[in-house]
Amino acid sequence: MIKINNLHVSVEGQEILKGVDLVVRPGEVHAVMGKNGSGKSTLAFTLAGHPKYEIKSPKSKSLKVESGAIEIDGKIIDELAPNERAEMGLFLANQYPAAVPGLGSTSFLWQIYKKKNPSTGSGRVVTSIIEFRKWIEEQAKVLDLNLELLKRGLNDGFSGGEKKKMEILQMLVSNPKYVVLDEIDSGLDVEALKKIATTVAKVAKGLNIGVIIITHYSRLLKYIKVDRVHIMEAGVIKKSGDSSLIEKIENTGFGDNDNRL
Amino acid sequence: MPENNYVYKSGEGLNEEVVLKISQMKNEPLWMTAFRLKGYELFLKKPIPEWGADLSTIDFDKVHYFVRASDKTEKDWNDVPAEIKETYDRLGIPEAEKQLLGGVKAQYESEVVYGSLLKRFSDMGIIFCGMDEAIEKYPELVKEYIGKLIPPGDNKFAALNTAVWSGGSFIYVPKGVKVDLPLQAYFRINTANMGQFERTLIIVDEGAFIHYVEGCTAPIYSTDSLHAAVVEIFVKKGARCRYTTIQNWSKNVYNLVTKRAKVEEDGVMEWIDGNLGSKITMKYPAVVLAGKRAHGEILSVAVAGKGQHLDAGAKCIHLAPGTTSRVISKSISFDGGRASYRGLVQVSPGAKNARSKVVCDALIMDKDSRSDTYPVNKIFESESTLEHEATVSKIGEEQLFYLMSRGFEQHEAEAMIINGFIEPISKELPMEYSVELNRLISMQMEGSVG
Repeated sequence: MIKINNLHVSVEGQEILKGVDLVVRPGEVHAVMGKNGSGKSTLAFTLAGHPKYEIKSPKSKSLKVESGAIEIDGKIIDELAPNERAEMGLFLANQYPAAVPGLGSTSFLWQIYKKKNPSTGSGRVVTSIIEFRKWIEEQAKVLDLNLELLKRGLNDGFSGGEKKKMEILQMLVSNPKYVVLDEIDSGLDVEALKKIATTVAKVAKGLNIGVIIITHYSRLLKYIKVDRVHIMEAGVIKKSGDSSLIEKIENTGFGDNDNRL
Repeated sequence: MPENNYVYKSGEGLNEEVVLKISQMKNEPLWMTAFRLKGYELFLKKPIPEWGADLSTIDFDKVHYFVRASDKTEKDWNDVPAEIKETYDRLGIPEAEKQLLGGVKAQYESEVVYGSLLKRFSDMGIIFCGMDEAIEKYPELVKEYIGKLIPPGDNKFAALNTAVWSGGSFIYVPKGVKVDLPLQAYFRINTANMGQFERTLIIVDEGAFIHYVEGCTAPIYSTDSLHAAVVEIFVKKGARCRYTTIQNWSKNVYNLVTKRAKVEEDGVMEWIDGNLGSKITMKYPAVVLAGKRAHGEILSVAVAGKGQHLDAGAKCIHLAPGTTSRVISKSISFDGGRASYRGLVQVSPGAKNARSKVVCDALIMDKDSRSDTYPVNKIFESESTLEHEATVSKIGEEQLFYLMSRGFEQHEAEAMIINGFIEPISKELPMEYSVELNRLISMQMEGSVG
């Protein structure tokens, strides 16, 4: 279970999140929606442990030593490095993944796979890089990702949509327990959107993963069954509800001034 | 080290007597003795270069310029620094080779393993031997070429090498002979026997091809702190030579090397140069593109850590029409290290349609580390093209976060970024070299973070 408890986050001294509460259980799919600048992506980066995002507990709560702002499966992760959070099963699909030229995409995926699927126990299905290459190519085909890209440096010269698909491949090899998808739908055409959504839905259900979908638009949510919907505004969750909330947003927008939906 | 382990060891410092003694010990012909003396004379005259790394701390009077070892010059394994031993262990280097690399053993039972390979080369008409042997067996060939590209007075350290050189390789590849296998098979053995003042001469005759590999990625422990090598390569019409070097000298060594290749019509010279070790390195592999359409490539990578200044680069001299050159330099500085690129592109009058492209990329790992670029262009022909690109990057917070968020520790993520950064060079290395290079970088990152 991911438990977010009165989370306050500052970036370069400016407070962006002003007390977010959220609970996500394994197998649940949550959508966090809101306008640009409402704090959605800050929530994603903070969960994954980006060093630029500082968790600041408000003064009135500072005496409560025992409770952290973010817990995963009962463990406070506020101070943990990104890799330690990954080890606990957290996976973030980035909106703008960095490129690492010269780091071979397939070999990178293989290294994640080896790290996240220990050879002892039942975890690792694929045992050699040759087998792995075949397997990852099949996954790439499902996502309609050009196989040539797997031979390139990680995200090097990839289009926005190709990067998103690479994020999903990384999710598949990471064997995660909790997945945060940050605007995975931005810059995707309808076909690509459908493929990514179907893959996420399948994995989430099959592995009983807790999913947080961060999005501006409701179109992705047509292909994934959502348990809870949260509306973010000005750094807080203003409203939560079941999937019927999506329809309301489609009809009335996030607020009076937003006509983009 | 007991004195009686040596057949001959010169005293500290250099004088004419030492030079004569070296020549005498090696039973050299008179022309070689004269060559050495000329070198000595010019060594005295030439100033210490002051335009590059700081060489003011070299004490020429404290150097032993010639040590001829008897068959057993065994140092004590206990004297080899612990961190070097640990590196050997982690790289999984076999026991016998460890001893050799650590300078404990002077000789290695290589005949059995490599004898058949050497026979294969000699069956193709290739001459591949030590320089001493070459002077004895092929004096005319050596005399025709040695010192012709890098004259005794080229620079102070080339002059020093001319005076006191010892060891190094001689290679002659006959017309049209192409060697598919890199001459790397006994790389570690070569390296450990590599002297302080190596002299290498390679002649690749018309239409021939050879790939020569020297050095190795594992650190070489040397108690001799001054290394001044000279490498001369002649690439004839339509021939191609690739020369790969990886140096990882221990951090007490001044590594001052002069390397130059002359390329005739339609010939190709490729220098691939990796610098990991040494206290100070100054090395600028050069291509003199003398014939029409001759092509030169200089690909280099320098990794400078604590207490190191690696001043490396390239020189491309275009003398003929249609000549082309390409330089890719990648440097990484970390833990207070300093890496510099120093390069020259010269296009002579009449070298019409000459083209040169220089790409320098520097990666700086932390605020204590430093990178500099000193490109010099001398273009005397208007109908020529020169492109220069230089980038300096700090290791990106976004890249680090991204890789770490996939479960990799900081040093693992850093090594991934660095290995990716040097990939354009490392992919040109023989497989075992590039694998070992990547592992060494990973180990260095682990050390600098921990």
